[in-house]
Amino acid sequence: MIDPIFLVEAAINGILLGGVLALLALGLNLIFGVLDIVWIAYVDLVMLCMYAIYFLNAVYGWPIWAAGVASLGVGTLLGVGVHLLIISPILTSAPINQLLATGGLLFFLQSFATFLWTTDHKTVRLSLPSYEVAGIFLPATRIIPFAISILAVIVLYLFLTRTYIGTAIRAVSQDRDAMALMGANPQRVYIVTSAVGGAMAGLAGALLIIQYSVHPFFGAQFGPLTFMVCVLGGLGNMVGAFIASFIMSEIIAIGGVVISTEMGYVIAFVVFIIMMFVRPGGILARRQ
Amino acid sequence: MLELSGITAGYGHFTALWDVSLRVAEGEAVAVVGPNGAGKTTLLRVISGLIAPRTGRITFEGAEVAGHPAYDIVAHGVAHVPEGRRLFPGLTVADNLKMGAFLPSARGHYRESLERVYTLFPVLAERQDQRAGSMSGGEQQMLALGRAIMSRPKIILLDEPSLGLAPVMVLRVFDLIRRVREEGYTILVVEQNVRQVLKLVDRAYLLEVGRIKMEGRADQLAEQDFVRKAYLGV
Repeated sequence: MIDPIFLVEAAINGILLGGVLALLALGLNLIFGVLDIVWIAYVDLVMLCMYAIYFLNAVYGWPIWAAGVASLGVGTLLGVGVHLLIISPILTSAPINQLLATGGLLFFLQSFATFLWTTDHKTVRLSLPSYEVAGIFLPATRIIPFAISILAVIVLYLFLTRTYIGTAIRAVSQDRDAMALMGANPQRVYIVTSAVGGAMAGLAGALLIIQYSVHPFFGAQFGPLTFMVCVLGGLGNMVGAFIASFIMSEIIAIGGVVISTEMGYVIAFVVFIIMMFVRPGGILARRQ
Repeated sequence: MLELSGITAGYGHFTALWDVSLRVAEGEAVAVVGPNGAGKTTLLRVISGLIAPRTGRITFEGAEVAGHPAYDIVAHGVAHVPEGRRLFPGLTVADNLKMGAFLPSARGHYRESLERVYTLFPVLAERQDQRAGSMSGGEQQMLALGRAIMSRPKIILLDEPSLGLAPVMVLRVFDLIRRVREEGYTILVVEQNVRQVLKLVDRAYLLEVGRIKMEGRADQLAEQDFVRKAYLGV
């Protein structure tokens, strides 16, 4: 029998992981909701941002917070760049072509990173304290990313609900033409959306490199999980994605302690497949 | 104020409008009536820039706007309430109205525009936190009109405002448009409900299979034998 304290610790770790996962899923989902295109290579952009932080911090000696802020900028530029160079020309193409194009970007980025930086795992060395509360071990390398993620989600929420351009982003996802009739240039809304999605990738990169080492295939580690969370929450549904992040991270964390880390992922994927039969439209979708 | 001359437009190989010319003077209410498929919706989509005309000129207050993108034409002061209203169903009433004021020139007047809309349609003030998609057809039409007013337009284009509404609601919607009209807005409305719309407007055009077949003062048009037989059923 497992000591209940490990279960509690796993549950807390699940919540802490869920925060960063939510950031990734919301970024991907935001772009999908507006553009109707899944950026298969989204987490590979996160990988590039992580490399940026690694080089700025470990090689050029920038303080970690400054490298993190720079990562936000790198992410924003990558987001706008991907939109202008890859998405914009194929906006009206068949969905399969769009999928292939962003999928192609994924392989390009993986190979490019391997070519430039080899497959070595790169780590940012940080000495952050750990806290012990009632026998439960809480490392700052997880608490800080969680807190910043939640803060970022709140900022994103306020942006999407309180500002004109944020509300327009939600409106465009519901009716493209109608928003043009309101005076919004759709292309501009797309660029802002891609920039915000990119900035979220940059922030996620900054938070992930505190806990994980970066390598060219980092996208394969978090990409499928992020995509699953979006589908489970209902593609384009922001609230659903937020909730689904925590469901998935809890399954992985608790399954990992009860059985094994690998089995945690297996269970998560099985739950995902079952949910696709039970609720194909996502957890928050109304039953047909 | 608004002048179309020799407009030909369509989709792909299909031509929906042939050499259409019409004009709307400031302060006027003008209707374009005609049967289903006459090209009425296409006409409004060409004016508001949702589709570009193949040939012809569209001038609004002297400026050539033919072929300009929709987001640019609305900035000239042309508000288009499209067919089926096209509200943002998942957004609240208040957010829909806020999007009506998306134009930089309209944002500065957001508060006073909002007050104006709420005075005109008090129901919208009561429902401001409700999702637009959950309202009744008549209320949605009210919101669509309110959203158009939020952009501080000089002319409002209305596409089939009575479409899909219960008969009792149809009368109410025409009453709403009358209220908007009394506020001094210039209106161009396309409608299948010829009888009701001719009571509302000053002048009307009859559009059939993409061509203007007749035009004149609304009361005169209503007395034409042809119109009476074909559209008024008397």
